Amino acid sequence: MAATLKLEIVTPEAKVYSDSVDMVTLTGVDGEMGIFPEHMPLMTQLVAGEVLARKNATEIALAVGDGFVQITKDRVAILTDMAIKAEDIDEQKAEEAKRRAEARLQQKLSDEEAATVHAALAHALAQIKVKQHHRK
Amino acid sequence: MPSTRDIRRRIKSVKNTAQITKAMQMVAAAKMRKAQQAAVMGRPYAQLMNEIMAKASEGTIGFDHPLLQSRPVNRRAVIVISSDRGLCGALNSNLFREVTKLDKNSTVFITAGKKAAQFISRTKRNLAAEFHYKDTPDFSEARVISKYAQQLFLEGKVDAVDILFPRFVNTLTQQPVLMPFLPIGKISAATAGINEPAKDLASHAGPEIFEFESDEESVLGALLPHSLNFQMHQFLLETKASEQSARMVAMKNATDNAKQLIKDLTLEYNKLRQANITKELLEITTAQMAVG
Repeated sequence: MAATLKLEIVTPEAKVYSDSVDMVTLTGVDGEMGIFPEHMPLMTQLVAGEVLARKNATEIALAVGDGFVQITKDRVAILTDMAIKAEDIDEQKAEEAKRRAEARLQQKLSDEEAATVHAALAHALAQIKVKQHHRK
Repeated sequence: MPSTRDIRRRIKSVKNTAQITKAMQMVAAAKMRKAQQAAVMGRPYAQLMNEIMAKASEGTIGFDHPLLQSRPVNRRAVIVISSDRGLCGALNSNLFREVTKLDKNSTVFITAGKKAAQFISRTKRNLAAEFHYKDTPDFSEARVISKYAQQLFLEGKVDAVDILFPRFVNTLTQQPVLMPFLPIGKISAATAGINEPAKDLASHAGPEIFEFESDEESVLGALLPHSLNFQMHQFLLETKASEQSARMVAMKNATDNAKQLIKDLTLEYNKLRQANITKELLEITTAQMAVG
């Protein structure tokens, strides 16, 4: 009986999170979903935003970028280009990054640059969102 | 017979060279640590990505994607990743020896790094595109190269894409390796250029059929190019690690050689000086005897 889920969040730079949790909430392409143990095997794309993990009635919030999620009955593996824990987010920096990205979007950009800027903007927005939620 | 002044001048110039190579060695050592670390950091990601891909492809029999299609190979592209600068021992020449083994007519080359571009154009091979990457390769730089390769493949201009890069074995050894890049073959075999033992990922938890949200086409359709981009990034990181360690070793050898040379020259200088003094003494004594 698998009563817990093993949550793994990995970015190209590091393994950000790896622990057993009771429940995971994340945003997929088709909307937000909550995952409990014994979930059916599922693969989906992750949308930049918030990942919430609940463990023993405490909630851990992380800001994540775009990526992929693979869910098996006792494991949630998240592959993303950014993941920052709520307490590590520097809101000022995120706001600044957001402004910079928005300013860049006003200019003429090649496809490549635009993709990079959009990703940066999504990262910044996710961080700000998580930080604001977390404060409440 | 060189004069003492000539030897002194040579010693000075060798000393200067030694100083420069020593400095380059230090710089390369510092950069090497960073580059190696970056290459190692990507490993958990690569591992998980392979695992996901292996599991996903297992649960989707009959799924076809243009990037998976293998065709009879008439023309192929080879991505050559080299360093931008020389003075890194035999790293690039070993790499280019592999290039010369490839058929000149049916191969087009995509290069990353200045040295590769120079070599390909000097030997009059087909150069499709040349790319640059920085000392600390960005993901976006890797994405550009990988996108270009995918485009060539999807448009049918080439039937296979391979990668030639100096694999980082350890600080002393770098090995030029030719690896298939496209089409994506057996996914579990495609480790992202790291020396991971080829684990049998598929039999990890028994066959599982995955649901896809929204549908498998869009999920795998996004996952496959992404994993190629990531692999490319990993290749760039590894090349950088190889380059810096090759340079460090080459510069260390150069410094050691220079030091040996200084030692030999100093010995010769002292001998010559001694001989001169003896000669002078001899002359003085002879002159004195003639007078007396």
